[in-house]
Order: sequence, then structure tokens, then C-alpha cells
Amino acid sequence: MSEPQTTTPATGEPLLEVDNVTLRFGGVVALDGVDFTLYRGEILGLIGPNGAGKTTCFNAMTGVFRPTSGEMRFDGERVSGRKRYEITRMGIARTFQNIRLFPEMTALENVLVGADARHRTSVVGALFRLYRVPVKRHELTEVTAAGLAGAAQRLRRTGQRIFGLSRHVLEERAARQKAEALLRFVGVEGRLNELARNLSYGEQRRLEIARALATEPKLLCLDEPAAGFNPAEKEQLLQLIRKIRDTGVTVLLIEHDMRLVMGVTDRIVVLEFGRKIAEGSPAEVRDDPKVIAAYLGVPADAA
Amino acid sequence: MTQTNDKPRVGVTDTLRRFDDRRAEAVSGLRQRWSDLPRAWRVGALVALIVVLYALPDLAIPGIRTTETDFTGVLFLVAIYVLIAVGLNVVVGLAGLLDLGYIGFFAVGAYTVAIFGSPNSPVVIKFPWLVCIPIAIALTMISGVLLGWPTLRLRGDYLAIVTLGFGEIIRLIATNSTITNGNRGIAGVPVPPGNWPSFVQTIGIDGEPLGGRALFSINDTRPFYWLALTAVLLCMYGVRRLENSRVGRAWLAVREDEDAAEIMGVPSFRFKLWAFAIGAALGGLSGALFATHNTFFNAESVLLQTSILYVAAVVVGGAGNLLGVTVGAIIISYLPERFREFADYRYLLFGLALIAVMIFRPQGIVPSRRRAVELADRAKEAPTNV
Repeated sequence: MSEPQTTTPATGEPLLEVDNVTLRFGGVVALDGVDFTLYRGEILGLIGPNGAGKTTCFNAMTGVFRPTSGEMRFDGERVSGRKRYEITRMGIARTFQNIRLFPEMTALENVLVGADARHRTSVVGALFRLYRVPVKRHELTEVTAAGLAGAAQRLRRTGQRIFGLSRHVLEERAARQKAEALLRFVGVEGRLNELARNLSYGEQRRLEIARALATEPKLLCLDEPAAGFNPAEKEQLLQLIRKIRDTGVTVLLIEHDMRLVMGVTDRIVVLEFGRKIAEGSPAEVRDDPKVIAAYLGVPADAA
Repeated sequence: MTQTNDKPRVGVTDTLRRFDDRRAEAVSGLRQRWSDLPRAWRVGALVALIVVLYALPDLAIPGIRTTETDFTGVLFLVAIYVLIAVGLNVVVGLAGLLDLGYIGFFAVGAYTVAIFGSPNSPVVIKFPWLVCIPIAIALTMISGVLLGWPTLRLRGDYLAIVTLGFGEIIRLIATNSTITNGNRGIAGVPVPPGNWPSFVQTIGIDGEPLGGRALFSINDTRPFYWLALTAVLLCMYGVRRLENSRVGRAWLAVREDEDAAEIMGVPSFRFKLWAFAIGAALGGLSGALFATHNTFFNAESVLLQTSILYVAAVVVGGAGNLLGVTVGAIIISYLPERFREFADYRYLLFGLALIAVMIFRPQGIVPSRRRAVELADRAKEAPTNV
């Protein structure tokens, strides 16, 4: 097992505060007074046995479920009660435990949908393109052809000089560049125009991360990103998660693979039966008797 | 884009399917060749096609003219159906919302022009045609939003049932209300203004030159066809723009996985409502043009099965693809007029055609790129399960 990283302790200011959150479905208590704080710039692991409430916790954070009681604050603002797309725009992005891409859209389009979270063009803007922004010289159409086609290009160029470009066009251009860069970043290059459903399993998982990153999150929540990965792929993923953190994005990671969790996280929160049973550095958590009991069970004579 | 299937094929079904595979291959080959052409060529070809379309009433192309009905009138009807299919495609094909009450919007558009424009309606102030059309579009958009606001929280089949109910409500109102005058309908729907330019010396149907006389008259259907064709082209251009924008992506994302879309920052309700409003506006516009051409509209034109026919046009042609739904609309509207002897069996034949399409070609005749791949994959996974 690789030595757990003792990276910088959580010195950043709080980014997400989960304050005594309880979530009930009828008689079932999925989350019971969960309390933890996520600091800016860290990688926090959220672990626990199956059914401990990890994904429920994600769902409560991203607006899928509304907590029965308690509160979550993200960047000083209340999260609970907001619409899901508003929460995304506040800066929380996520991936899904069971991949949920848009299967009939290309890899590029999938990422573009994420990038669209920051765009403002709507129906009127896309139809009439009246909202014009002046363009810089290097953004003008280049004259590449000769003859009639060249003349058409020159005409377009003049038009752009006078009227500028519509916000729609500029947003599309920027989004495309961003999406291509992100696909390169996660390692799904060369398959931009492939339908998402035709990508390999690993590529689909990474594409989901690219799509989430395209929304420009402050916090990225990864729900079991390594599920079904072989050791080499897990190692790549570990590098990717670090790279993401290094770009300034805080990461919350649900993962079953202890090696991965211990290797990459700064701190770990352990849930069991919807309750937080431990919190601390990977080393602390690993040696915590309550955690060991939760994972391995308590010997009959100790009970 | 073809369904590959390794087991040997025998029998009628398989022969048909093999035939269809070959046809599909040819189509996708054509599509590739088209997109490989230089831009200037494509623009040129498109312009030529548009010119031909405008000249169609006067072109003596053998075989396509209808024998028993006025050919220009049929062309007008086809254009109206294409407009409807383009509008319904936004709702059904792009946003993935099954709308079985589309005739309702058609009727709202038609009645708006009739009620606000005709001297025979209970509304006292008469508006000229040019004012009626924007009113019709605005009112149908509003009716789309009014229908969508409470119902777009529903999904799939539930939404289909509610829209079916909407179509019926509009039909019942049209039949029973005094404003719409029931089955007796409203006559005297206004026509667009404008005269033939005075230099036009072509001889009209009554032996007098056309120059200087009213463009839209009962004697000549061509200007109505040109008007409808212009509307179709403009709407196609607009829908195309939307498809290739944030809006189109949002619609597809909602169609694919609404929850995931929402979590990726797509305000799905707002975009679904837009899809409904745009679809409704196009349906209303087609209704308004239809009433304009007939100068009359009554409740008998508002039928549930017409709604189904519209959906058939979209599904048969290929939901989500502009070219596909155009082909579908042409089939649905042109064939019964061309082969008049089958017109009585129209619903039977389209019913059979729908079933055949569902079995052999569930993605429609000209599928959208995306759906084509999806369905081919599914066939690969479960070749017996069709």
C-alpha cells in the first residue's frame, strides 16, 4: 500500500458546510444529523459500507433530495431548497455512480452541455443573434480561399468588423475550445465526434468528469469514479484527481477502493447507517476502531 | 448506420430488411458525399433546389402532377404539412415530448385569423391579415405555454395523454362555442395584401393579364403556395439555428436524460416550455395559412386523427431530423392526393405503413444521425427482439 499522503492540512476557508443534515424517507432515516465541513482546495473522501448514505449525501448536496432538517451552505450561501441547475451554477458539479451521460450525443456535445451552464444565449439569442460583441482582430474570419469564395470570406470579415460577432457565436467558439481542452485533460482525445454510448467504459467515466468540469465548478463530487477500473486505470484516475485539485477545484470523493482513497485524499469522513462515525486524516481513520468495526464487523465477544 | 446481423436471412421479412439495409447504406453514403462537397457547391445546389420549389406549380414534370385535384392546391397542402412536421419535430423529435394534441395549436392559429379578420365573426373590430398573423402566432404560443406550464412536469406517456386531452378540448370548444360558429364555421377569412407588379403580362385564368391585380385571389393558388413555402423555408432555417445552439443541445440533453441534464445546469423546464411554445407557434402559423387559403375554417377540420397523422409524419420520416420529417410530411400529404383511388384507405394504409416502419425501420425513413446509431446498436444486442 502506498504511503498515505500527508498533504497540506485543511487550512483553506470552508467551502461547503454540512450542518446537522437529516434526510428521512418515510420511516427510513437515510442521513442522521450528518455534520462535516469541506475546505477549499482539499480532497475529501466520503467512505462507508454499502447503504451508509454516501450517495444520498451527494444527492442532498446537488438538490436531488431536499434535507428533512439541517442546512448546507456552499461558499456562504444556502444550498437546500434551490433548484438543481442553480446549485450547478453556484459551483457544485458531480458525476454519477452509474454513468449517466447523454448516450446519443457526441463526446464533444456532452461536454458542451456542461459548458452551457455558464452561457446566457437562449432561444431569442440563438435565433436572431442581435446581441453583438465587438471582435478583436485575431477573431475575424480568415481569408483563405481565392475567387468567389474568397470574396465571400472578405465580405464576412468586413461584416464582422462593423457589426461584431453575436454572443452566441462567441460562446460557441469558446465552449468548443474549452470542451476540446477538457477532453484532452481527462484523456478522451481523438474521439470528439464519437457518440458517448460508443466510448469504452473507462472513457465514459472520464467523459463524465470532463462534462462536470465544464460547468466550471468550485467543488467536484465524484461518485465512485473508479468502479470497474483495473489497477492501471485506477492509477491514472488518481493522477487525474490530483491534477483536478491542482487546478484549484475542491474534490469530494466517494470511493470503495481503500487504496485509492487512502492515496489521494487529504481527509476522510466515514458514514455508517446515515451517521458520521469518524473524521480525520487517512491514517487516523484507518486506525479508528469504530471504522474497523463498521467495515469488518465487531467480534461477537466484544459486543 | 446499418443493422448488421450475422445469421443468414431467408423469408419475406429478411428480404425486406436486406433491401432496407442497402437503401440505408445508400442514404448514408449520399449524406457523406453531400457533406464532403465544397461549401460553395452546397449553397449553389440549395439555391437551385429552392428555385425549383418555387417554380414547381409551373413546371411540367411528368408523373408528379396530381390528376384529379389542382396540383398547386396539393403543393400548398404539402407545404402546410411540412410546416406542421417541422414544428412538431421540435417538440417530439428534439425535446422528446410526445404531443398528441398538435391539431389544437393548428386550430387556435386558424381560428385566430378567422375570428380577428373575418367580417362574419362576433369580434367587432376587424384586423387586416398582416396584423392577424402575428396575433395568431402570439396566441398559439401563449396557448402552448398555458398547456405546458402545468403539464410539462409530467413525463412520457402521461404527457401524451394530457396533450391528447388538450386537442379534444380545443375540438369541443370549436364545435360548441358561438364564437367559432361550430360546424358552420367562419367564412371570409382575410387574405394577404399586395398586387402583381404591373409589368407581369402573364395571362391569368380569366384571360386578362395579371399585372396590377390582387396577388392573393381565389383564381390563383400559386401565391398561397409561395407564401407557405416561404414560411416553411424561414422556419426550417430558424429551427436549424436553434438545433445548432445551446438550445438544441439542451433539448437533446433533456430528451436523453432529464435528471442528468438538470444536474449539468440545464433549466429543463424552461427549455421544454420553449420547445412547446415554438412548436405551438409553428402549428399556429400553419393553421393560420391554411385558413387564409381556404378563406374558411370550421370545427370539422379539427380531428383527433389528424393529430395522429401529424405524429405519423414525424415518426415515419425520422424524428429529430429536418429532412426526415419533411419526407414524412410529403408522404402523408402528397401520396393520397396523387393516388386518389387510395385516398379512402388513407388511414388504413398509413396505419400499416406505421407498423411496417416500426418493425423494419424504427428510426424512420431518414433517421437523425443519433437515433440511427442507437437503434442499430439495439438491433445488434437483441437481433430477435424487433
